[in-house]
Amino acid sequence: MSRTETGTHAPGSLAPTGKRPQGTLYRGREGMWSWVLHRITGIAIFFFLLVHILDTALVRVAPEAYNAVMSTYKNPIMGLGETALVGAIAFHAYNGIRIILIDFWTKGPKYQKVMFYVVIGLWVVTMAGFVPRHLMNVFSEVGH
Amino acid sequence: MATTIEAPRSPYSRAPRSRGINWEKWGWMYMRASGLVLVVLIFGHLIVNLVLGDGIKAIDFAFVGGKWSNPFWQVWDCLMLWLAMIHGANGMRTLVNDYASHRTTRGILKGALLFSVIVLITLGTLVIFTFDPCPAGAPADLLASFCPAS
Repeated sequence: MSRTETGTHAPGSLAPTGKRPQGTLYRGREGMWSWVLHRITGIAIFFFLLVHILDTALVRVAPEAYNAVMSTYKNPIMGLGETALVGAIAFHAYNGIRIILIDFWTKGPKYQKVMFYVVIGLWVVTMAGFVPRHLMNVFSEVGH
Repeated sequence: MATTIEAPRSPYSRAPRSRGINWEKWGWMYMRASGLVLVVLIFGHLIVNLVLGDGIKAIDFAFVGGKWSNPFWQVWDCLMLWLAMIHGANGMRTLVNDYASHRTTRGILKGALLFSVIVLITLGTLVIFTFDPCPAGAPADLLASFCPAS
């Protein structure tokens, strides 16, 4: 949809076209939401990484200590958390590649919006493959 | 009121930079370079540990023993540790710069980030390379099948 449809503004100029304030190509649109999601997923992954290095370090303490902490990761609630973590990682990875393409590919800025929907599409495909597999592993462990 | 927006990437002049290494530029480059490598390393890590075989059900001390008795996985995990910790901490540094408005708060938070990076990279690297898959005296049924005790 062109912003110059009304014919009162020159191409390249922006004016409010409705009730919503529209002073920017960015606010509330794909560019902003990909940025917000990139930050949120990044923070979540960083804090998991801190914990994950510490829990893995227990292999240096005793086999029993490591197996005890791993058994908490096999709990169904943690299993849902791991699903969310993998979702965060997949989004951050695909959107990170989108950012690299925007920065280095000549046509990147032109296709940034399309690439955002490609990111979402790849994310859905990845999760469709991962979630059933992981949840089967987690929930078949219940009661053992 | 119509607002004219300049075309993205229009060149603008600025005073020449002072000499010396442009750390922010190399940090920016690092995020992209390490990001690409991390996509491969972490997706490989997730596929091997969570998707193949019995996934998370199979992860225990013997599983780690089997992986880290192979230098390939030691190098893989060590590379992942260093690249991810520095990538993550540098990303958090960006957030601290954006959201912490007081100079002292920023200093404390970035100091904490630097501290956690140094401690966790040191700890993780030592764990990967001093790991013994067959510790003496451990119950045999908890160890990998190649251990003499089992």
